[in-house]
This record gives sequence, C-alpha cells and structure tokens, in this order.
Amino acid sequence: MSELSPLLEVSSLSKRFGPVIALRSADLSVRPGEVHALMGANGAGKSTLVKVLTGVLRPDGGTIALRGKIRVIASPAEARRAGLMPVYQDPALIPDLTVLQNLRLTGTPVEAVRRWLSELGMSGIDFGVLTRDLPPPSLRLLDLARALAAEPDVLLLDEITAALPADLTTRVFDVVGRRRAEGRSVIFISHRLAEVSVFCDRATVLRDGETVGVVEPARGAEAKIVDLMLGPVAADVARAEAQRAPIRSGDGPGKSRLEVKNLRAGSMLQDVSFTVRPGEVVGVAALEGQGQGELFDCLAGVRKPDAGQILVEGRATSFRHPYDAIRAGLVLVPADRMQALLRQRSVRENIALPLVSRLTRWGLINVRSERRRVKQAIERLQIDTRAQAQVRRLSGGNQQKVSIARWLAAGFQTLLCFDPTRGIDIGTKRQIYVLVRELAAAGSSILLFTSELAEIPLACDRVIVLFGGRVVQVLPANVADESTLLRAAHGLAAEAAS
Amino acid sequence: MTVRRYFQEHPIVVLSLLLLLLVGVLEAIRPGAVTPNWFRTTVLFAAPLGILAAGQTLVMLTGGIDLSVANVATAAAYIMASNARHGDLQAVLLGLAVGVAVGLVNGLGIAVFQAQPLIMTLGMALVVTGGLTVYSQFAVTSVPSVPGFIHTLGAGTVLGFVPVSLLLWAPIAVIIVVGLRRTGFGRLLYAIGDNAAACRLAGVRVWQVRLVNYTLCGLLSAIAGLVLAGTINTADLGLANTFLLPTVAAVVIGGTSIFSGSGNYSGTIIGAMILTVLNSVLTLLDAPEPIKQILYGAIILLLATAYTRVLSDT
Amino acid sequence: MVVGRVAIPFVPPRLVRRHGWTIGVYALLLASLIFTVAIHPTYGAFDIKSLALGALPLALAAAAQTVVVLSGGIDLTVGPLMAVTNVLAARAMLHSNFRDALLIAVLVLILGCAAGAFNGSIVVFSRVPDIVVTLAMSFVWGGVALLILEKPGGGAPLDFQNLAQEATLSPWVPNALVLLIVVVAAVWMPLRGSRLGLALYAIGSDRTAAHASGVNVPLVRILAYTLSGVFAAIGGLALTMTTGIGSPLSGSFYTLSGVATIVLGGVSLAGGKGGMLGPMAAAFILTLIPADLIFLGIDPNYGQVIQGIVIVLVVMVGGLAALRRKPA
Repeated sequence: MSELSPLLEVSSLSKRFGPVIALRSADLSVRPGEVHALMGANGAGKSTLVKVLTGVLRPDGGTIALRGKIRVIASPAEARRAGLMPVYQDPALIPDLTVLQNLRLTGTPVEAVRRWLSELGMSGIDFGVLTRDLPPPSLRLLDLARALAAEPDVLLLDEITAALPADLTTRVFDVVGRRRAEGRSVIFISHRLAEVSVFCDRATVLRDGETVGVVEPARGAEAKIVDLMLGPVAADVARAEAQRAPIRSGDGPGKSRLEVKNLRAGSMLQDVSFTVRPGEVVGVAALEGQGQGELFDCLAGVRKPDAGQILVEGRATSFRHPYDAIRAGLVLVPADRMQALLRQRSVRENIALPLVSRLTRWGLINVRSERRRVKQAIERLQIDTRAQAQVRRLSGGNQQKVSIARWLAAGFQTLLCFDPTRGIDIGTKRQIYVLVRELAAAGSSILLFTSELAEIPLACDRVIVLFGGRVVQVLPANVADESTLLRAAHGLAAEAAS
Repeated sequence: MTVRRYFQEHPIVVLSLLLLLLVGVLEAIRPGAVTPNWFRTTVLFAAPLGILAAGQTLVMLTGGIDLSVANVATAAAYIMASNARHGDLQAVLLGLAVGVAVGLVNGLGIAVFQAQPLIMTLGMALVVTGGLTVYSQFAVTSVPSVPGFIHTLGAGTVLGFVPVSLLLWAPIAVIIVVGLRRTGFGRLLYAIGDNAAACRLAGVRVWQVRLVNYTLCGLLSAIAGLVLAGTINTADLGLANTFLLPTVAAVVIGGTSIFSGSGNYSGTIIGAMILTVLNSVLTLLDAPEPIKQILYGAIILLLATAYTRVLSDT
Repeated sequence: MVVGRVAIPFVPPRLVRRHGWTIGVYALLLASLIFTVAIHPTYGAFDIKSLALGALPLALAAAAQTVVVLSGGIDLTVGPLMAVTNVLAARAMLHSNFRDALLIAVLVLILGCAAGAFNGSIVVFSRVPDIVVTLAMSFVWGGVALLILEKPGGGAPLDFQNLAQEATLSPWVPNALVLLIVVVAAVWMPLRGSRLGLALYAIGSDRTAAHASGVNVPLVRILAYTLSGVFAAIGGLALTMTTGIGSPLSGSFYTLSGVATIVLGGVSLAGGKGGMLGPMAAAFILTLIPADLIFLGIDPNYGQVIQGIVIVLVVMVGGLAALRRKPA
C-alpha cells in the first residue's frame, strides 16, 4: 500500500506523573479518512495519550504533527481549533446548565447538533432540560453530536460504546464511519475486540506507555492484538485460562440463599422474581436501563424497593441502609470503582474499611489481625501493591480488585457484581472470572451483571434476562451464547412466547 | 528530589523546622528572649488555641468545618463563670454541657439533615452568641467569677516552668493523635473525608460518625473555653471570639487538607505553636496592629502556599 | 427578569420548578412585609427607606459572595474589602465636592476590581484552597483598612450620601433600592446571559467538564473574584453613603452574613446553582427581622438568635428537600 501522507503524526510522546510513567514513547500515525483503533491493556497509556492530544494534559516530550506541521496543543480550546475533537468516557457536559446553554458555552451551532442527533436516532432530546437530568446514553450521544457538529478533522472516541445499548452502538458506527468519505479520521478506543475488527481500518497497540505495533484487524488479527496488548508472558497465561472450561457447580435443587419476589422500584424495575442458591453464579443480562441498576441497588440496601420482597436464607428482610444488607451477607461491587474506593487512602485502609464500619469496632484496631486478613485478600487477588500508599495510583484493574478484596476480607454470603469488568483489560477480566468460579465452588452465591454478553457463559451457571424491568427469560448458561442473549435482551423471546 | 520526597512523607519535620526557625528569629531579635519562662508563656497562650483547633481538625478531616468553635468556647466559659456560686464542679459541668449540646445540634443538622457544615455552624454561632447576650442580660444575677482551680488550670505552673494547662493539653493530644491512627473511629474520619458515598456502600453509617464527631468538637471547644477563662481569669462575652480564624489557620498550616481527608493533629499542634510564636515575634517587634495583621495574613498565606507546592505531585 | 434571559422556550411548570426557591424567597419577603405592617400599622415610607438603607450593604456583600460561590469558590475577604473601600472613600471624600466624590468613587471601584483580581490570582496560582487563601487575605485587607483609617472618621459630601439616603423618585421608592437595582441590572444582567456567565456557572458545576469544554478555568476563576471585588467596592461605597463616614471595622459583619444571605437566597455553596435575585430578597428579609423585633417590643439581642435559627432551619429544610429528591 502506498503511504498516504498522515493527517496526524505523533512521535515518541512521553508523560509522567511524579514517579509514575504514563507514556514512555507513544507513536501514532493516522491517515486521512481512516478509522484507527487505539488498543492496550489498562494502564497502557491510552487515556493519557488522548488527553495529551486534546490539550487536557501537556506532554513532557515528543511531537504532535497535523498535516505535516508540528503543533503545540496547550489547551482543549487549542485542540479544538487544530481540528482534534474528543468524546471522553465522562461526558464533558456541565450538569447545571441546560443542553442549549452547554452548546452556547462551547460555541457549537445548535442546528448542526440537532441534525447529528437525529442521524444518531436521538432527535427526541429536549434542549431546555438540565443535562444532569438526562440518562447516561443520551449524554454520551449528545456529547458525540456536539463533537461532530464542530466538523473536526480527527474525532477521538474514548470507549464510546461502553455505556451504549447494542442498537445505538450500530448507529454510532454507521454515522461515524460515513466520515471516512470526507477524508476525516476517527481514533477509536475500545476494549471490545469484536468491534475493533469490524469497524476499524488499522489498530495501534500500546503496552506500558509504548507503541508496540500497528495491525490491520480486518485480516483476522485478533489473536495478534491480544498478544501485543498482553506482552509475551501474560499472553500465554491468558490463553491457557481461556482453554480451561469453567467449572460448573451442580445446579440440582437446593435451598435458596437469596430469593427475590415481585420486586419493584421506580419506573425502571417493574416486577422481578428469581432465586440464587448457594454455590451458584447467576448472570443478569440486559441492555442499558432495563432495571438492573435498581435491582442491584435494592439488593445492596442502597435504595428501598417500592414493592416486593427480598428473602435471605428464607427470611424476609428489609434493608434501610447498605449496613443492613451487609449484615445479611449481601455485598456489592459497583461498576464505577471510584464509587467504592477511598482514592487518597492506602490499599490496606480500603480493604479494611468494612471491618471498622460497625459502631462496636470504633475502638482500638487489632492491627495484627487486620494485616493478616488484608494480606490474604491481596494475595488471593494478586493485587499489584507497588503503589499501595494511595489507591488512585493503581491501574483500573487493580482498583477493581481492591474493591472485591474488601469483601473477601470482611466475609459475605452473596456477592453482587455490577459490571465488574467494565473498561478492564483481558488479563484482569479472566482473573476476576476465575475468582468468581472459585468463590462459588467454596459455597458463595454470586449475582453478576455484565454489559458484555459474551462473557456470561464464561462465569455463570444460569442467566436471567431482564427487559423492561421484568424477567423475560431464564436460561442455563451453556445455551446462553451471545446471539441468544441478545435476542432475549431485546425482548424478542418474550414476544415469541406470548 | 529526594529532599522533597522526604518532606512529602514527613511534613511534620518541615513544620517543626519552621517553628524552630521562628524561635531562632525571636532569639536573634531580642537575644536572651527564649527562656523557660518564655516557654511557659508561649504554651499558656498556645494551649487554648491548640485544644480549640483539635475539634476543628477532627471536623476538617471529614471535609467539614465548624465556625461555632470560638462562640461555643466563650459561651462555655461564661456560663461556667456565672454559675460558679452553685459550686465549682457543677459550674464546670454546665460549661461542658453547653459545648456538647451545641455540638450535638451541629451534628444533627449536618449528619441527619444534610446541611452544609459551613452555614450550619455559622447559624449556630449566631444562635449561641445571641443567646448568650440575652442570657447575660436576663439570667445573670451575680458577677461572673472563674473558679480557683480553673484559674490554676489555665495559668498555673508546676516544676517551675511547666504550665498546668500542658498537663491537660498533652493527654488530649496523645488521645487524638493515637486515636486517629489506631482506632476504627479515627480510620472512619479519614475515610469519610475521602469519599463519604463509598463509606456508605461499605456499610458505614456515616451520619453516626459525623454526629459523634461534631459533638466531640463541641466538647473540645468548651474545654478550650474553660482553659482560656482560667488563663485570663475572667469570662466576658467576647472571650474567645478572635480565636475562630486562628483555629482554621492552625489546622491548615498543620497540613490537614480541607478537601481530601488527610492530615493529623500533630501538625495542628505545631501550627498552633507557630501562630503563637509568630504573634510574640510581632509583638516584640513592636509592630502596630494593622502591620501585625497584614504580616499575620501574609505569613499564613506563604506557609500554606509553600506547603501546597511541596506536597503536590506535579 | 433574570429568568427571561435564558434563551429557551419556556414551559411554566419548569420555570416554577427550577426557580422554586427564588419564588419562595420573594413570597417570604412579602409575607414578612405584611407581618410587619400588621404588627406596626404606621409602617410607612420612612420605614421602607430605612429598611432599604440597612439592606443595601448586605445585599451588595451577598452579590459579591454570590459571584464567587457560583463559580465554586468562597470569598472571606468580602467584609474586609468593603471596609477598605469604605475608609478609603470616606478619607478621600472628606471636604470634597460632589463631582470629586463621584470621581473618587470611580477610582475606588477600580481599586476594588484590582483587589479582587489580586485575591483571585493568589487563589489560582498558589493552588491553596480558596477558603484558606481568602481567610489569610481577610487579615491582610483588614490590616490595610486600619492603615488607611485608624478609627472611624472621614466623611462624604451630602449630595453623595443622598444617592442612597434620599427618595428622589417617590417617597415610597428609596434611592437605596434604585441604586441596588441599577447596580445588579448593569453588572450582573449582561453577564448572566453571556458566555462568560455560562462559564462562571460551568466551573462551579463541574470543573473537569468545563475545562474539557474549552473554558479557561483559571481565568474565569480570577474574573469571579474580580467581580466580587467590584461588588464589595460598591458595598464599601454604599457604607460611606449610608453612614456618612468611614469605619475600619465596618466590614467585619458582612463576610459571614453575606454567606448566610446567599444560602437563604437559594445559592448552593457547592457551586453552579442559584442566581442573584434570591439573595437580594434574602438581604431584605434578614434586615427586616431585627426591625420587627423592635416593633414587637422584644430585646433586639434576640435578633441574632432568630437570624441564626432562620439560617439553621433554612439549611436543614434545604438539605431535607435535596434528600427527598434523591431516590435513595
């Protein structure tokens, strides 16, 4: 292939935060009219690279060239003028301003945004509402439409599909892909290999802050990408784990550990009933916003249900505070790690937090027993404790492990995992699923929601599918392949049945 | 780089050096000024501020603030003094009860009703001051007098130069410093200051911790008020009112962050000492009041800036 | 009026929902005025004038605080800055004529602007939390005020004082009220709807998102403090007008009372939420309370207690209302 002159050329970019090196030497070359994937395990430096490219962070070294000219991008406003527009994982919309005010703040033409929104299938958004009142998928698409309206040369999408339901994901690919024809480019960051191989022309892989290769994923190079992302040693481990069939615990009739009867909460959770037995991993499959968030919140005592019952070991319970749920043995690992963690505190204090929560534990801490429990949990989860003085310095995967380790140290009967692998690299994902199986084998119950349907058969014994706030199907995991789940999650099975 | 690293990990050492430097300045200006007797006076003045700032430290660790500490101290001292004729013990208990009561109300508002600490405690400060004025006009029949042992506590000396108030302040300091590090309650204060929502998810009933914390702060304020009344040997309606801003300053200089739930009381102690020594340096220099105020402000600002710059990562 | 500047098609229920607190504050003001007339039937033009005179400096202090709090900060120098500008004006205006006084007033405004910008720059460049910086600066400005005028003194030409003290338009419309409306309309209204105004709310609401939206966060923060300095300077001039003298300690009351006023006026101390109209009404309510106590024959010392209780109740009700809205 003849070398087209690149639109964006990044060479040996570096950035460090104190002792932590986020980018060692990143290279990236994007041609005009190309959808270019940026891949890497957690902590590989993808987000840092995007932030440097869009003026949020200043690089320590290296160059950024646009259309052959070297540019210094000192602020987000400057990046915008240079034709680089990002859509971050956290939408850059001001919660206390209306949609319209947000557009005026960035000087974005309103009509163009309306046009892009209708192309994205979201023409129903009222521009007079505060953005704080919009649901997350709408926020992301609004952010995307705003970026598109600025007609950037290079659009940077950071995990745009992570919080989107499948139908909207396709819509986004359609709309963004059309820009190729105009010679405009897209940099696309995603953990989902399947998306990347379908959607992207080339992929640059980062590992430990360094560019380790550029691949053309269209030619079935998924395995190669994984190898590059994980590095030589880790790749072997991951492959071995993948070949091992998950252990199935016996799903014969036993007494139920957790029983949910006709649970209803808010407008999203309509009527949900199911049981979880000891030693069982029950998966929850659902598109965005089908009531799974409310279900987990009710079970964890974060909110009160409007109607229905939660029975633990056959006894009816009523949780007014997470404390009550935890006492009943139900513990939650939330999707957003930062919701659960104390960013500035040490790994030890984070793991030991539930140990001191009760009023009777406000006195002197038994340091020795605490240390022992924490150490066991750290070893069991293989947490990398090099940066243990402050949890915020850990990588995303290690942070997620800390939020799980906490409950291993404190003890529980039922683990409620809400999308525990969102935005986590493949290696850590496998570790988490292996742990889930081990916990189940030891007699714990697990309720697991994941937005990645393909992962459900990896870890679960049974799956319940939620649609419109109701259970529409219950399947054994071995028949729950991705396409079956996807049909069910769209409510198709329910229609066929009725 | 390594020096900076050391300071990042041991801010207390930097603060102590600063304190020594100030003492050195004092000795340089007026050779022979630093004597055991000077030490006695400095601690006498630092003790009420230090105890008052103890409550402020506890509250600021959780991301809050208490603007009523000074008014509570005044009220506790005044109510003790005006009830001295009923017996010393009863008077002291009454004074402490004022602190506990106001702290409890603060805690209820902030922990249960989710009121903003700044404005909640400001409102209570107004209530306390106004209430005290009304009380002084209608309920006080005898001249307020400070019980003898409170005067000894606030102004007395043992072994020639060790102030009695140090004998109260030191145990309080040890309990707080050790308590913050080694008790579940202390651990929770840092945790809540870092991320209160995460604490709730981990099963911590955050409101209980806050309620107890603000009540403790009220109690400590009352104790400080009694000590101060003892030091000055009188209790009037404006006794501790100038102490509010210095308590916040002492905590900040001591390295407790308002935002992130980090810091410790040991820093606050040094902070209170620095402020007191600074004051005596300025007095020795015969600086007129306005200049003194300006320098005071500038130095707090400078210390806080230096501190932030050294401790920040990037 | 502020509402009308938000250029979106209005559905009345949303307007009421979004500005419910402001509407409530005005209803409360109306109720307290009716109550005042009820307990004191001779309440008339003179009382209205003294109410406006008393509320003017507090309202301006609240305006100064509002700008900074909306941007997600806090400014503890409002009172001391009012004192500085108050004594400066009174010292310079003593024995001057009306025209010179106006010129001096303009210079004092520029000075307030510079002082505010100085505060803001320190907040931004030192990276020390704003509450600490402005606390330290409050000592500095307090000292400066004492340097300018050691004890109450100075003066101002009568015509200048009458800018606030008279009632030129009608006996029922005191100049102080007109002055307040003119100041807010001239300084705040144009800003509120502009992109700078949006940026002010933006950095108070979500600083990271604002930065990512291309807002120059440090600059807007400095501008917020600058504007606060301008309002504080107007407040200091208002003190000169209403008292006729300069007093170095005149400002000490206004820092924290200003905070209390804006909270009653519906401005969230967390930043990004609220407006200017609520605090203005709140300043009148808080000024009316001690007057009513005197009419009722109650010792005015209860005034502080009642003010405190009002504030405590307001924040508790506000906190409880926020709690109810959350589905938790």
